[in-house]
Amino acid sequence: MSVMEDLVEKYFRPGRLPHIWCPGCGNGIITGAIVKAIDKLQLDKDEVAIISGIGCSSRSTGYLDFNTANTLHGRALPIATGLKMANPKLKVIVPSGDGDATAIGGNHLIHAARRNVDMTLVVYNNSIYGMTGGQYSPMTPKGSKASTAPYLTIEPSFNLLELAKAAGATYIARATTFHVPTMVDVIAKGIQHKGFSVIECVTACPINFGRQNKAGSAAKMIEWQRDHAVMMGAWTRMTDEQRAEAKAAGKFPIGVLFETNDVQEYTEAYDEIIKRAQGGK
Amino acid sequence: MLKFVSKRCKGCGICVNFCPKKVLEITELEKSAIIKGKEDECIECGQCEMRCPDYAIFVDKE
Amino acid sequence: MSRILLLQGNQAVVEGAIAAGVKFYGGYPITPSTEIAEQLALRLPQVGGKFMQTEDELAGLGTAVGASMGGKKSMTATSGPGFSLKQEMLGLACIAEIPVTIVDVQRVGPATGQPTSPAQGEVMQSRWGTHGDHWVIVVSPSSVPECFDLTIRAVNLSEKYRVPVIILMDEVVGHMREKIVLPDDYSQIETIDRKTPDCKVEDFLAYGCEEGSLVPPMAAFGSGYRWHVTGLVHDETGFPKNAPEATVNCYNRLRDKLMDNVDDIVEVENYRMEDAEFAVVAFGGAARTAYEAVDMARAEGLKVGFVRPVTIWPFAEKQMKEVAKKVKGILVHELNAGQYVLEVERVVGKDCPVHFYGKYDNSSATPAQMLAEIKKAMG
Repeated sequence: MSVMEDLVEKYFRPGRLPHIWCPGCGNGIITGAIVKAIDKLQLDKDEVAIISGIGCSSRSTGYLDFNTANTLHGRALPIATGLKMANPKLKVIVPSGDGDATAIGGNHLIHAARRNVDMTLVVYNNSIYGMTGGQYSPMTPKGSKASTAPYLTIEPSFNLLELAKAAGATYIARATTFHVPTMVDVIAKGIQHKGFSVIECVTACPINFGRQNKAGSAAKMIEWQRDHAVMMGAWTRMTDEQRAEAKAAGKFPIGVLFETNDVQEYTEAYDEIIKRAQGGK
Repeated sequence: MLKFVSKRCKGCGICVNFCPKKVLEITELEKSAIIKGKEDECIECGQCEMRCPDYAIFVDKE
Repeated sequence: MSRILLLQGNQAVVEGAIAAGVKFYGGYPITPSTEIAEQLALRLPQVGGKFMQTEDELAGLGTAVGASMGGKKSMTATSGPGFSLKQEMLGLACIAEIPVTIVDVQRVGPATGQPTSPAQGEVMQSRWGTHGDHWVIVVSPSSVPECFDLTIRAVNLSEKYRVPVIILMDEVVGHMREKIVLPDDYSQIETIDRKTPDCKVEDFLAYGCEEGSLVPPMAAFGSGYRWHVTGLVHDETGFPKNAPEATVNCYNRLRDKLMDNVDDIVEVENYRMEDAEFAVVAFGGAARTAYEAVDMARAEGLKVGFVRPVTIWPFAEKQMKEVAKKVKGILVHELNAGQYVLEVERVVGKDCPVHFYGKYDNSSATPAQMLAEIKKAMG
């Protein structure tokens, strides 16, 4: 058996595959990367909880053999937060979509980041609402076509990672479905990081984004990722001018963009409250 | 050796595109397969397995 | 040993929660329920529990549901506008059968309404607020000591039946101060913990019920039984199922686990009903007027009794039918334009005349006002 075949056997629930995602959808690549990261860290399946909201990416939880929940649109982070508070030993991972995380769940996102709860948010960013058939999300690039933007979108899109960082996230990283080893690496580091980690996984929705925007086949969309992602090392070595030029050409950095261990993690901070309340100092 | 799990394959063609030796094709049944006669040309690099979103193609190196 | 205290209803809820073993609270400040959050922020960490002030009402119940999945008894509290916002998450708790207790201290609505004035406008919302067919338990205390007792009971029922339980209060009861006697030691109080699975891990079915029970044991996340929580209609495996039969089975069990146990769940108090020829029906804060109005009627020789549903939902169908058999008329009093009365009419309207005294002018009725209404209804 190959390594991946072995991992599918070990971490996917028996009899649940094939999954519901469309041909060429990158969600399977990201879900595979999460599993590889968990395996890399040799985490006990019983001590991992994977909590999702609603949307294509959120369906990932049903396939995975951990403590899982497929909850409500946008509400995975509050539920995950409560779970982490109830049992801080759990490694809590939240797979989410760009709409789930930044539109309907946007308020929960910034507050989870502000609190620095030890959780790992993996945003499957396919730039569109896939499950409902291709409506624009807050992360659809401006000027894209969507079923609710027949005359192209006029809304600027979020920079998810800058948003998360500004709100207080203590680990931010990005990868694409072309750069799978990088994706596995940044997810594993995010899970290990003690605090709120946000990982943006750039992925293709060839059916509901690709077709409307004439982006070509799934493979062509992955090639676009290959051609526009710049490894963080190279990105930081660029001069300001070069970086501005790269950004103007639609390029973006991948890898670990920021990490700090200077902020106390939330459940640890709460343990101090309990000590104070019980008469300690 | 390549192993195909046909019931999971959705024929998206990602593996075909990223195969550096161009030994893969999508058949009439919309499934990934090795092109007849090219079995020996596969170098087991794992590019197909790595990006298969459907866990339908594996490189068995044993 | 016990303590004699002067507490607000909201504070008594807090002590009830602590006594019931609640270990997590998530909520957002809102009048007139805020004292529950304030007091739990103080009390929970003292008993090793955790309190979170969340970013919004949705996250308040969301964190509570998550903590319950982690095995902790959890609750939230809110008032009208917040109760509206919580309806979506309440539906998830219903279908995924996550025990949780939700306090709604009603104020005048809709929208902002009148935040510091009493009303009972959420009788129907508490039953039907979330979308889709669902079943919940709703209880309504009418005194400060009862806030303590009923909170314990609400938490126990939610654990026993794996269902969200709503404590439907109103501003009168939430903010009223009364004498209450509390035990120093809560450990003697009877509490119920959800049943947990004891089968082999590989035999565990997330929603598989033991023989003779309609309530599946619930494994805490991290306990070694890995399962899948979903808001999708599912079968006993816990995984989504679209088949018509699985769908109807899912709903029927959610209904039957409560409706087959109404004798355990539904509680009704009778006051001077032994020889009553006419009954007043009221609950929560509105019930307080009724005791005195009934006494006044009795003093005038009128054979009036009082029936107080402590459990609002499921509706006290059996009890109300018994009342209707023995009286010549019923007067339902609520601090709204007529909600609970619709159920009374549905169940006993054919057997006995049902009158309604609704008061929705942001203040409680006086006993004299109610006595006048009783006399009018009695003809």
